[in-house]
Amino acid sequence: MSQDWRLGSADALAAMVPDGAKLAVGTDMVGVAMELTRGLIRQGVRNLHLVCVPMSGLQAELLIGAGCVGTLETSAVSFGELGTPHRFQAALKAGAIRIMDATCPAIHAALEAGRKNIPFIPLRGLIGSDLLRHRPDWKVIDNPFAANDPIVLLPAIRPDFALIHAPYADRDGNIFIGRRRELAEMAQASIGGALVTVETVRDVDLLATEETAAGTLPAIYVAAAAVAERGAWPLGLADDYAPDEEHFRRYGELARTPEGFARYLDEFVHRRRQAAE
Amino acid sequence: MTGVSRQELLIFAIARLLDGCRSVAVGASSPIPGAGALLARHWAASATPSRRLFLTILGSRHLNAMTSGGVELFDMAAQGRIDAFFLGGGEIDGEANINLVGIGPYPLTTVRWPGSFGSAYLYYLVPRVILFREEHSRRVMVPRVDFISAPGPRPDGVYRPGGPIGLLTNLCWFAFDRQRRRFRLETIHPGHTLEEVRDNTGFDFDAAPSIATTTGPDSATRSVIRGPIAAEIAKAYPRFVSQVFPAAA
Repeated sequence: MSQDWRLGSADALAAMVPDGAKLAVGTDMVGVAMELTRGLIRQGVRNLHLVCVPMSGLQAELLIGAGCVGTLETSAVSFGELGTPHRFQAALKAGAIRIMDATCPAIHAALEAGRKNIPFIPLRGLIGSDLLRHRPDWKVIDNPFAANDPIVLLPAIRPDFALIHAPYADRDGNIFIGRRRELAEMAQASIGGALVTVETVRDVDLLATEETAAGTLPAIYVAAAAVAERGAWPLGLADDYAPDEEHFRRYGELARTPEGFARYLDEFVHRRRQAAE
Repeated sequence: MTGVSRQELLIFAIARLLDGCRSVAVGASSPIPGAGALLARHWAASATPSRRLFLTILGSRHLNAMTSGGVELFDMAAQGRIDAFFLGGGEIDGEANINLVGIGPYPLTTVRWPGSFGSAYLYYLVPRVILFREEHSRRVMVPRVDFISAPGPRPDGVYRPGGPIGLLTNLCWFAFDRQRRRFRLETIHPGHTLEEVRDNTGFDFDAAPSIATTTGPDSATRSVIRGPIAAEIAKAYPRFVSQVFPAAA
């Protein structure tokens, strides 16, 4: 079968992303396409609208710090136990990006509407929060099926592409994602599908058995894929490798200042230095 | 380590607040609530007859049985399948409004925290939300939050089967009265005083006529916390355990 889906590198995938694109990205633990993210920075893409599903960490931080982001739609930016996203904080303080603060289930629900290609979806909660007050695109209506029941409507989110890193693709370009079904949600809601990096390509058919089919993103949702070994680094990847805590420490020291962050980009993004090992 | 540490007292207090729960979820970066929930699960399993407590720790692959992606926790909460959840806040006010976004003229926040996470949804839907913030100071416990990530219960006709039951800090436990929309000081942790709580709280609160001392774990329970509970929570929060329970790390 044709392997027309397969590109030579993460940078070739990055070249498919135009300035101003709306990109869906996942949380730091689901399989984050960090090498592809570094490719976007090397390419110098500008004015991205990042939709974090439902939040982000280092991926959003690097793109913001590198000046690639125009709009950030997210429920949070956090490194968890691994430090502080200094460039995110600095960008908000300076008003350098437009922030669309959300809550996790709102992003999931709006993507679900995007997946169905319906214009909006209702969601509980939110009423009385300042999130709602600062989101003119969210509206409160009266439940048309019951009395005295105000509820929020969210417009659908349809990203241009979803960015995903996964353990492997099969020979036909189906992607093994395991239990992280939001990666499929992101890919399906996206107009162009997913740009996927994988650790490897295996000469198997993921759809041949129930054991793997249930954890598979079918190739029809994949715009293109490329092999990027340790492509989630310095984040971890499920069964394959853990986050690189030492690297996060180093990042935290450098990213406190714009100059330190520029040194970080030069060393680890432009000159492609990886872990010390 | 023979006495009761601050963390052990909080873990024990949280486990007691989860009494009777069938299903508990714990958010990201919450090692003490996670350990408290593990202790509650241990008690349920040791009860006669033995009960299962379904525990979900977000950010953990090991302590998380969800298979439908990140949306599943929120759908479960809407279905009534999550009995208890934990929320914190960079600021918390006397009406139990919480701020996880930041300080300053939004969106130009001079202090920016990660963001609201799932709070603006789960706060309305989970029946037993436990507000948990270790730092008890006037910069956290404020008269009015700068930004409402999730509003405390209010009579606005909004669908709200859930809400906060109270606020646990390094100093004390406040119960929250959803009708009066006020906190009531219930217990003060050993070694602390009412005056200290008042000095460090920026909002008005009621006080029970006689305020008890927060109960801590007995020595058998301390052994459980330091042994199996610490070992289990290390799978989700290795850094926390290496700092607080080095023997179990």
